[in-house]
Amino acid sequence: MLRQIEGSRAVAETVAHCRPEVVCAYPISPQTHIIEAVGAMVKAGTLSPCEFVNVESEFAAMSVAIGASAAGARSYTATSSQGLLFMIEAVYNAAGLGLPIVMTLANRAIGAPINIWNDHSDAMAVRDSGWVQLFAETNQEAADLHVQAFRLAEELSVPVMVCMDGFILTHAFEGLDVPEQSDVDAFLPPYEPRQVLDPDDPVSIGAMVGPEAFEEVRYLAHLRQLDALARIPTLAAEFSEAFGRQSGGLVSPYRTEDAETIVVALGSVLGTIKDAVDVRRDAGDRVGVVGITSFRPFPRDAVREALSGARRIVVVEKAFSIGFGGVLSTDVAMATHDADCSLRTVVAGLGGRAITRRSLEELLAAASRDELDTLTFLDLDHGIIERERARMTATRRSGPSAENILRDLGTVASRIG
Amino acid sequence: MFQVRIHGRGGQGVVTAAEILSVAAFSEGRHAQAFPSFGSERMGAPVVSFCRMDDRPIRTREPVMEADAIIVQDVTLIHQVDLFAGLSPEGYVLVNTSRSFDELGLGDLFGQFHRDHLVTCPASELALEQLGRPLPNAALLGAFAALTREITLDALDTAVRDRFAGALGERNVAAATAAYRFVKLAEEQVRAATD
Repeated sequence: MLRQIEGSRAVAETVAHCRPEVVCAYPISPQTHIIEAVGAMVKAGTLSPCEFVNVESEFAAMSVAIGASAAGARSYTATSSQGLLFMIEAVYNAAGLGLPIVMTLANRAIGAPINIWNDHSDAMAVRDSGWVQLFAETNQEAADLHVQAFRLAEELSVPVMVCMDGFILTHAFEGLDVPEQSDVDAFLPPYEPRQVLDPDDPVSIGAMVGPEAFEEVRYLAHLRQLDALARIPTLAAEFSEAFGRQSGGLVSPYRTEDAETIVVALGSVLGTIKDAVDVRRDAGDRVGVVGITSFRPFPRDAVREALSGARRIVVVEKAFSIGFGGVLSTDVAMATHDADCSLRTVVAGLGGRAITRRSLEELLAAASRDELDTLTFLDLDHGIIERERARMTATRRSGPSAENILRDLGTVASRIG
Repeated sequence: MFQVRIHGRGGQGVVTAAEILSVAAFSEGRHAQAFPSFGSERMGAPVVSFCRMDDRPIRTREPVMEADAIIVQDVTLIHQVDLFAGLSPEGYVLVNTSRSFDELGLGDLFGQFHRDHLVTCPASELALEQLGRPLPNAALLGAFAALTREITLDALDTAVRDRFAGALGERNVAAATAAYRFVKLAEEQVRAATD
């Protein structure tokens, strides 16, 4: 049934329909509404049997999820930004141990300077941890991906992170269909662990492994991710069959047939990009866009195929590797290394800066005229940068840059975008 | 697409207002999207929320830069925030105040927008009467329904009751209805004066 509800609420209800047996989390914006709602359902008894564990930190949240999962319980948690960084050692452990934990990551920038708004720096910081990372374009997809995430995680014994843009999705009200309990039950069988801590049948999990076998253990983890690459499209097709709508998969192309310029992006910005693509199409530019739903495992073949007709690729990403450039761009470049096309990186939306349709239209127009630099920062205020650089040149004790810039800007609360 | 921007301060129900508006539009068979833009998350800080309504699915995620209607919940923002940036020439302005646009120093707006698209409404006072607290959001949505006709009062009432259970819902509906009537009456007076 279509309802007009908040993205966080939709995810919480969907997670509850997946019948997690242990939920543990520590609140952090913008993840909070999800966890509050799940907690309320456990307390009210509508999500039962389920133990909600109040923990004292994110490190404890992931550690409890690891323990619960190793004991054979379906385990769920959620976090954002600094919270993810605080649990990062346990994040690697969950993947290394092959425990099928599902975690929502409400994407948020990483400080300093402290910033509660959306970008993808947090997801990129754990890119190499061994977790599957799926990105949602809409709240409908965010909800649906959780159902697929539990199934994928448990089939392959690999943890799965569902990434949804903080505030932009978590706090947005829109019409969507929360997957019904009976449909979820039919799609997601009970958890059958490959390994379990059972006093009646004791095993060791997580013992030391030296150089004699560590590489093999890691290679097996890589193979599991390659298995996920094959499984993700199948699960999306099964989901579509069962629920009557398209969600998930590896990549989602839009108007790419005959497109000379194709934009690549992750997450909710794809909606605004599609609007910009329509405008530029009407103006005669042959442009399209490819959304990447599965960032890890990275669908190299599907990306190459989706971009095969393009002369220009423009990767728009909400994170970057300081001192180099794009993160997603590097992966896209690897996927298309033998293709005859140019690749440009556009860093946009850092720390919640609005990515407007107008800026994207100008970007697409510039790309079509071959006027884009290798690395562009969308809507960067060069004047502000020059003033701070001048201060730093003029005096040794120029002070903290972030605060200097804020003073230059004056009252920022007046800004809308 | 009809795009609404609501300006207010933390604690005034600015975000809730956009959400209720989206629920009302959705209940009338339209696609709707509501989301907030927080500054610092604290009481009294300027807060902006957005609501889009359309007969087609809404894909964009950008803030409402080109608004069709602007609702100002807190009149003290007038000289702090660029409230009317991007408002369409056909757009509507609704300000929560018992004073007039001229008294607020906003008389210039009459030269830029249709006179009958600009309304002030004492929503805080109406809310105080009905709720016992000066929370203007439901009342302003009643005024919005009367001013723009983008949602019906019935749909709004249902959305308000959906959000606030029991007596609180009824009192907010009463505040919305009072503001709706206030704007309708003001429109009739303007019409009578022009005829």
